[in-house]
Amino acid sequence: MNKQIEISHQTIVLNDLGMHARPAAKIAQMAMTADKTIWLYDGNTQVDASSIIDILTLCAKKGNHIHIQAESRQDTAIIEQIKAFFDNGFGELTP
Amino acid sequence: MTQKKPRELVLKGISGSPGICIGKAYVVDQEGVNIIERYPIAKTMLPREIDRFKHAVGKAKEEHARIIKSLDKDVSETLNILETHMALFKDKMLYGRTIETIQTEQINAEWALRKVSRQIKLMFQQVDDPYLQSRVNDIVQVSDKIMANLLGARNIKIADINKRVIIVAHDLTPADASQIQLELIKGFVTDRGGKDSHTGIVAKSLKIPSVFGLARATASINNDDILIVDGSSGLIIINPEEDTLFRYEERLARFEAYRADIERESHLPAITRDGVALNLMANIELVEEVVSAKDNGASGIGLFRTEFLYLDLKRFPTEEELLIKYKELAELMTPQSVTIRTLDINGDKFNPYIDPVEEANPALGLRAVRFCLENKDIFITQIKAILRAGAFGHIKLLIPMISCMEELAQVKAVIRQAVAELERDEKVFNKDIPLGIMIEVPSAVLMADELAGQVDFFSIGTNDLIQYSMAIDRRNRRVAHLYQALNPAVLKMIKMTFEAAHKNNIEVVMCGEMAGDPINIPVLLGIGIRHLSMNPASIPVIKKMVRDIDIEKARKISEELIQFTTVQEIIRFIQEEYKDILPYKETED
Repeated sequence: MNKQIEISHQTIVLNDLGMHARPAAKIAQMAMTADKTIWLYDGNTQVDASSIIDILTLCAKKGNHIHIQAESRQDTAIIEQIKAFFDNGFGELTP
Repeated sequence: MTQKKPRELVLKGISGSPGICIGKAYVVDQEGVNIIERYPIAKTMLPREIDRFKHAVGKAKEEHARIIKSLDKDVSETLNILETHMALFKDKMLYGRTIETIQTEQINAEWALRKVSRQIKLMFQQVDDPYLQSRVNDIVQVSDKIMANLLGARNIKIADINKRVIIVAHDLTPADASQIQLELIKGFVTDRGGKDSHTGIVAKSLKIPSVFGLARATASINNDDILIVDGSSGLIIINPEEDTLFRYEERLARFEAYRADIERESHLPAITRDGVALNLMANIELVEEVVSAKDNGASGIGLFRTEFLYLDLKRFPTEEELLIKYKELAELMTPQSVTIRTLDINGDKFNPYIDPVEEANPALGLRAVRFCLENKDIFITQIKAILRAGAFGHIKLLIPMISCMEELAQVKAVIRQAVAELERDEKVFNKDIPLGIMIEVPSAVLMADELAGQVDFFSIGTNDLIQYSMAIDRRNRRVAHLYQALNPAVLKMIKMTFEAAHKNNIEVVMCGEMAGDPINIPVLLGIGIRHLSMNPASIPVIKKMVRDIDIEKARKISEELIQFTTVQEIIRFIQEEYKDILPYKETED
């Protein structure tokens, strides 16, 4: 069995509503294109980033620290994309 | 597999509409979708079952995409939600797990989908974040859409039920009830609802035996269980023993013979033994019920409840939409009269799109004319439609829940404004249609003399008058025993109202449930009431009763009755005096 390679980024939830359905759907779309599973961690809770429903169960609120983790090095670009989406406040921050 | 015969079980609910029926139960889930069946799938057939599921998801997605495409780009909030739904269709937790469940449990796709969506729901309900809890709806909607496609090939809506069954449901919305092919339905049984609920009224007018408020009906009854519904005593019997069945079959035959007997005479006029002609009219809420009103020998529509269109459309109807319905009704009934009551919402008919404000006591809150006066544009739209329909038949305008002179003055101002607008727009209308008010709160009774000078007729709404006189919520089972039509206080109020109207030379109609119960008829006629409006199904029974009554005797009896101080004395007295003509009761053994 291959040794699991992990690449991870840390980010933070910036928008007021927290992690709601629309960004969860966007993240799931991005994660679905990944080679292997992409995980999101909030504290000790781990969810599969390719499932909206799973992401929503995180109940991540504004200010929560989120860890994005890829199992495959090939997915580096995708987790960077997801991190950027978080950092951008899901495109919802008013200037 | 041998199965033990299930034990007979009797449940007590609220009598919805009288009559007895015996038949097989057909349990419907919420939203009128059949209870999902669970059946095993042979291992070799599993790929086909999974394909069936995938196909259903594909179709649901296609339908959804079409909706998104058809939407205006302006409604971006809605669009966001719908696009999220689009992604949910193939979500791992919903899609992936359902396929997994079909495979591992070797069961049908419907059951697997139901199981998975229930798990997801449960998961979200444990979260204490209200926003997330509300996201459950998104998941439910998506899984319902897939389910509808899965079931698509088969009959899934109650509208499609094509066998003679007894419907068992948690609750039936007005829309559900109106979808049912009634000639096929033997009876209704619901967990919720009461005697005066919408379903209750519809069931009664269609003569379908029903029992409501059973709390656990859908939980206790399985599809195809044999049921006896005794709508008169509010009982249902699940899986009856042989001798119970036998007893009820006999009772049913007796009841049907009695009903056939009175229906044969229903087209004859309602004239008392001493020659006084009465006006027996029908209370309806759907234009379609005109047929039932005429079949039962009604001499007009004494009360047309107008809430249905508002509840059914899920938005406010336009003046033209209302006009079409009212005009149709007026034309169907011409030359007989139609009394249209303006919107009587809130109170017990709560409507989420109209008023999101929760009231501690809706029955004492912003309902009926109070709601209309607060929302003048809605009120004026309806009044204009009624005035315009008045040009096509004999229409009367009735205002519910008037409780003081000021309210009546405000109503008249709105009518004047409606008339002015119609004149300005050069519409065809009748500005002289008679104006009446419902007498249903004690303050209106006390002011009846003054109010009578201002209007063309009174209509006594006994359902509310009893509720407000006795200060009881008639849907509250703990105080329901105080809902007494023959309570001396109620009789005094009716008498006061009648006398005030008589003095001012205006007409009085009684249009509450009280008018349709034979035991009340002698005293009502004795007080002087000559116009009664009731559920169409009650007309034949009341007509038969009327033909056996002597007005002079009824007058004496009502004078004597008014001396009694308790309802028990009054009922006993009437039963004794009229024991020969009070109709057959199918609950008697």
